[in-house]
Order: sequence, then C-alpha cells, then structure tokens
Amino acid sequence: MSDQPVDPSKRTWLIASTCTGAVGGAFAAVPFVTSFTPSERAKAAGAPVEVDVSDLKPGEMRTVEWRGKPVWIVRRTEEQLKSLATDHDRLADPDSERKAYPTPDYARNPQRSIKPEYFIAVGICSHLGCSPASKFQPGAQPSLPEDWPGGFLCPCHGSTFDMAGRVFKNKPAPDNLEVPRHMYLSDARILIGRDEKGDA
Amino acid sequence: MAAAQKSPVTGVGPLNGVLTWVDQRFPLVSLWEDHLSKYYAPKNFNFWYFFGSLAMLVLVLQITTGIFLTMHYKPDATLAFASVEYIMRDVPWGSLIRTMHSTGASAFFIVVYLHMFRGLLYGSYRQPRELVWIFGCLIFLCLMAEAFFGYLLPWGQMSYWGAQVIVNLFAAIPVIGPDLALWIRGDYVVGDATLNRFFSFHVIAVPLVLLGLVAAHILALHEVGSNNPDGVEIKAKKDASGRPLDGIPFHPYYTIHDLYGVAVFLFIFSAIIFFAPEMGGYFLEYNNFIPADPLKTPAHIAPVWYFTPYYSMLRATTDDMTVVLALLAVLVGLWTLLRSRLRLPFKLGAFGAAVVVAWLLGGFKRLLLVAGMEAQAKLPMFAGFDAKFWGVVIMGGAVIVLFFLPWLDRSPVKSIRYRPGWHFWLYMVFVIFFGVMGYLGIQPPSPVGERLSQVGTLFYFGFFFLMPWWSQLGTFKPVPDRVTFQPH
Repeated sequence: MSDQPVDPSKRTWLIASTCTGAVGGAFAAVPFVTSFTPSERAKAAGAPVEVDVSDLKPGEMRTVEWRGKPVWIVRRTEEQLKSLATDHDRLADPDSERKAYPTPDYARNPQRSIKPEYFIAVGICSHLGCSPASKFQPGAQPSLPEDWPGGFLCPCHGSTFDMAGRVFKNKPAPDNLEVPRHMYLSDARILIGRDEKGDA
Repeated sequence: MAAAQKSPVTGVGPLNGVLTWVDQRFPLVSLWEDHLSKYYAPKNFNFWYFFGSLAMLVLVLQITTGIFLTMHYKPDATLAFASVEYIMRDVPWGSLIRTMHSTGASAFFIVVYLHMFRGLLYGSYRQPRELVWIFGCLIFLCLMAEAFFGYLLPWGQMSYWGAQVIVNLFAAIPVIGPDLALWIRGDYVVGDATLNRFFSFHVIAVPLVLLGLVAAHILALHEVGSNNPDGVEIKAKKDASGRPLDGIPFHPYYTIHDLYGVAVFLFIFSAIIFFAPEMGGYFLEYNNFIPADPLKTPAHIAPVWYFTPYYSMLRATTDDMTVVLALLAVLVGLWTLLRSRLRLPFKLGAFGAAVVVAWLLGGFKRLLLVAGMEAQAKLPMFAGFDAKFWGVVIMGGAVIVLFFLPWLDRSPVKSIRYRPGWHFWLYMVFVIFFGVMGYLGIQPPSPVGERLSQVGTLFYFGFFFLMPWWSQLGTFKPVPDRVTFQPH
C-alpha cells in the first residue's frame, strides 16, 4: 500500500513491542482464567461425611451427599452377592483394572467393598455424570436384558452396572462406578471421603 | 472538510435540513443506500428467503424479552427456580414474557435450520459467498452455546442434569478432560458457581459475540450480493447505469415482502405462546418444572429437540461403532495409498494417519480379541481412547463439518433446480435421517434406536465427506443466463 521502503529498525521495534504487549496480555489473562477454578468455599465444602448404617436392612440402599455428589450405601443380600460371581464374562472391567477412577486396594475384590455386605460407591455414571437408578429386582423389565441379574441402570444413555457397580460390556460408560475412599469408624459407622491413607 | 463535499439530503420535506446536518457528520445516506435503498437483491426470491429476516426478528425478540426477564430473575442456586416461578405467577404479564423467551428459543432454531437448509438447496455457500456461510456457521455455534447456557438458568431437573451431561462431555477429553470439566463448573458438581457463570455467559458474553457475528454475516452478504433459487449471479448482467438487470432495491420491495413473512410468523408464534407454550413438553420439558436435585437424576433425560440429532450421534458412538469407524479409517487409508493421485510422501503420511486413528479408536484391540489373543488385547497400548471420547468428537465434528461445505461441494451448478434429480432425493434422505435422529434423541435409549442412529450418523458424515465425488456425478441441466421469474 505504501510506496516508501521498509525501515528495518522501525520494523524490529514494532515486532518487539507487539511481542511484549502479547506477553503482558497473557499475564493479564491469568487472574481471569484462574477465577474459573473452584473457590475456597467450594473446596472447603468437600470435607468427609460420616454415616451410621446400623438401621440399614439387607436389600436396602441409602444415599448421602458428599462433595455435592450422591454416595450410595447398599446392604446386599446373599442372592445379590451370589450374582456377582456369575456375571464375570458380561462385564467390561470385572477386576477393576482401569485407572480412570482408581478403585482403592481394599475394594479391589469381586464385591468391590471392605465388608462384602456393604457396597459404597459414588452414584454418578462414569459416562456423562447422570445418577443411575437402582434396579435390584432380577429378571426381564423395560430397558434391561431378559437375564438381568440385578444392579443399576443409567436413565440417560442406558449403561448398566451390576450389584458391585461394575459396568456391563458394550455400554456407553467406560468405567465401573467410583468407589470413594472410605473407612469404618466402628461396625456401623462409615466415614466417606477419607481412609487410612488420607483424604480423597 | 469532507462535510462540505457531500450533497445535501433532498426528498424528505421538513426533515431535509436535520438529515443533511447528520449526514455531514455520520455516513447516514451511504449506509441507507448501501444496505437498503440501493442494495439490489434478486427479484426471484421465494418462500425459503423469509427465514433470514425472521431470524433477525427472533434475535430482537429474544434480546428484548431477555432484558425484561433479567429484571426479575435471580442467578442463585437457592433462588433461581423460585424466581422463575415468581415471574410466571406474580410478575404482571411475566408469564407472557417468559413464554415468549422460551418459545423464541425453539423458534430461533426452527428458523435457522430452515435458513441453513435454504443455503444447502440453492448452493448459497458457494464461491463468492464462503465467508457469508462461515459467519453463519459461527452464528449457529453461538446460538447453540446461548441455548445451552440459558437452559440451566430455570434450575429445574432437566436444566441441572442436561448441564451435568454436557459439561461432562469435556471430561471425556484425554489427559486434561477432568480438570477442564472442573474448571468449567467451578465446583465438583454443577452448582451455584456454575449457575452464576452460565448466567453471565447467557446475558452478556455470548449475545455480544452473536451480535458482532450477525453484523459480519450481513456485511459479507451485502459485499457479494444475495444468491437466489436459480443460483445465477445477477451482477453478471447489468444495465447502463450499473444496476443488475434482475435486481430490485431491498427497500421498499423486500422490506414490504418480509413484513408479510413477519405477520405470518407472528400468527403462528402467538398461537404457540397463548395455546401451547410447552408444546407438549418439546419447548418446555415437563421435568424442568421440578426443582434441580443433585442427588436424583430424572428417569428419562433428553436435551431440548433442537440438540437431539447431535445427541443421537453421541449416543450412537458405542464400542461397536468405534470398530466400524476404525475399519472405515483403514479403508480410507488404503484407498489413499493405492488409488489417489497424491505424491508418495503424502500417500504414506495419510495411510500412517489412518492407521493411528484406527489404533486410537481401539481397532487393534478388537482385532486381537477376534484373533483370540485375550491377554495381548488387554495391554494398555492397544486400549485406544474410550468410545465416550469419540462420541464427543463425532458430535462436535457434525457441526464443524458444516464449515467446510463450500469446499466439499464440487457440483458445476449451484442450485438444486439444475442438479440431477437424484441429488434432490439424496438431500431428502439426509433431512429424513436428521429428523429421525432428532426423534430418537428425545426417546429413551433402545437397541433399535441405537442401530438406526448409527446408520444415520454414518449417512450424515458420508453425505459430507463423499460430497466432492457425488456432487459431480449425474447429468446437470443447463443453467439460464437470467433468473426465472413470472410477474404475478
């Protein structure tokens, strides 16, 4: 556009000042970007939760809130525990080997729990975060296979989980339900969000 | 200076003086002439050309009603649901303003989908209108963001769980995903922080970008001129004074014409607002009349109808689907290697890329499983990315592919009128699949629906990715020199 020759020193200074300005702009963006991360209040709300399960009968389930997420405590019946041994081949990750939601060592067993009877899991589907519904009744029913062993069904995208929160094969959810860090304070009192190794 | 060189405004009687004063300080006359009184639009516009101006009308409607809703709404997780009910019950005429806004959202998408379909029919995205189309696609993206952010605000069950699902889409991105989702939410689950920032995006950030894009869309259109149902360039044939022979001034001809469209639109729009504001659960979903409960997902959640075709594609991407995609990637790679006319390094590069894609899709894992090598198939190196991640890629890709339409379409003519008859039927199959996937996305998941969505998804992408080939096939009809037009 201009017919004047390029002045190299002017060009050098233009490039230098533009780059300096860009670096300054990037630094100025930091507070705005960081303001999006969880606030101190949100972080403080993530403290462990204590639950008393003495009045939970076999086959019953209780939901408590931890870090704004539903955490299930299911007291499984003998039949439900038996079903865990037979569905091995239909599961995507029967031995909880995947690392996306690491299963604590004390829950890396077929029951995925410390005490076989009590199952504790975060009730959030590993697909897109819906909360699956409990479908403990075995057998054919809507949206479930005819030989349904009992477990959980996610209403959003149809992922199914067995009575230990293990996901069935070829479903949208890639992972088993997350077992949060937890520990027994006494026989019937469970602390969710903390174990012997520390906070989750 | 410049003011002295402009001729005074004439022809507006008593306003001549004041408009001359303004025009000498602001490009009033040139703006009026460039965009209205001397913007020549083809005289053969048909029904499909109403939807551009209608989209503009709905935009104004949404902004106006939105401003008034903001006066009563509270972006706070404990107050939001009740404040919307307060608007519906206690604010004088509040329910009318709210249903105008909620119906307006659906109307916006109806009008925009029809507007985009018009572009597809008549090749309005073809050279020299590529940028008009790209600005349009960006507007569509902004509109989707605007609808998504806005849908959280009533803080009902559907708002809450819909946002939970969509934000978790980002968590599917390998490595950075979970942190990214946390950053978007500002909390471990969708909560007050999320609601507050979505409110900010919905009422100021996205609308500002949207308005800028609409201005760019119209400026680009007026630079190159409108296409028409014949796909003939009217600027190629001009009279002695340089006006296109087949063009008529936008004002008064099309301003009056579009007012007629506005009247018809408002008939239908008012009927919905007054008699069916929920539209049977499609415009306002029933579950959204229940306050958000972070501990309980409703039995069936689905996005609002305008997102469901893409949502179906997301649901269709299961482990089986990624294997089909891996197979397709390998086939495309082989074809490039053996049949394409690229130079050897490019061929090898393309083939290598296809193999990597097939690997990330988990294709090798499935191959090992079929070969009966269970132990090897379990090795992490063959795992690839989850089907969930590819679902997000497919869903995003379905919108992104639209941007490339101007370069995918290689047909020698623009308009469907002069293309081979089967092109029209191919478009119809595309529309039907889009509609079917839209329907399936509203329904609960089912095995048949899943298969249908998988076929639909493959057709959708096949339609676009194979367009460079199929759009050149068949016998094209001769395109006239001038537009076809019969005066009434």
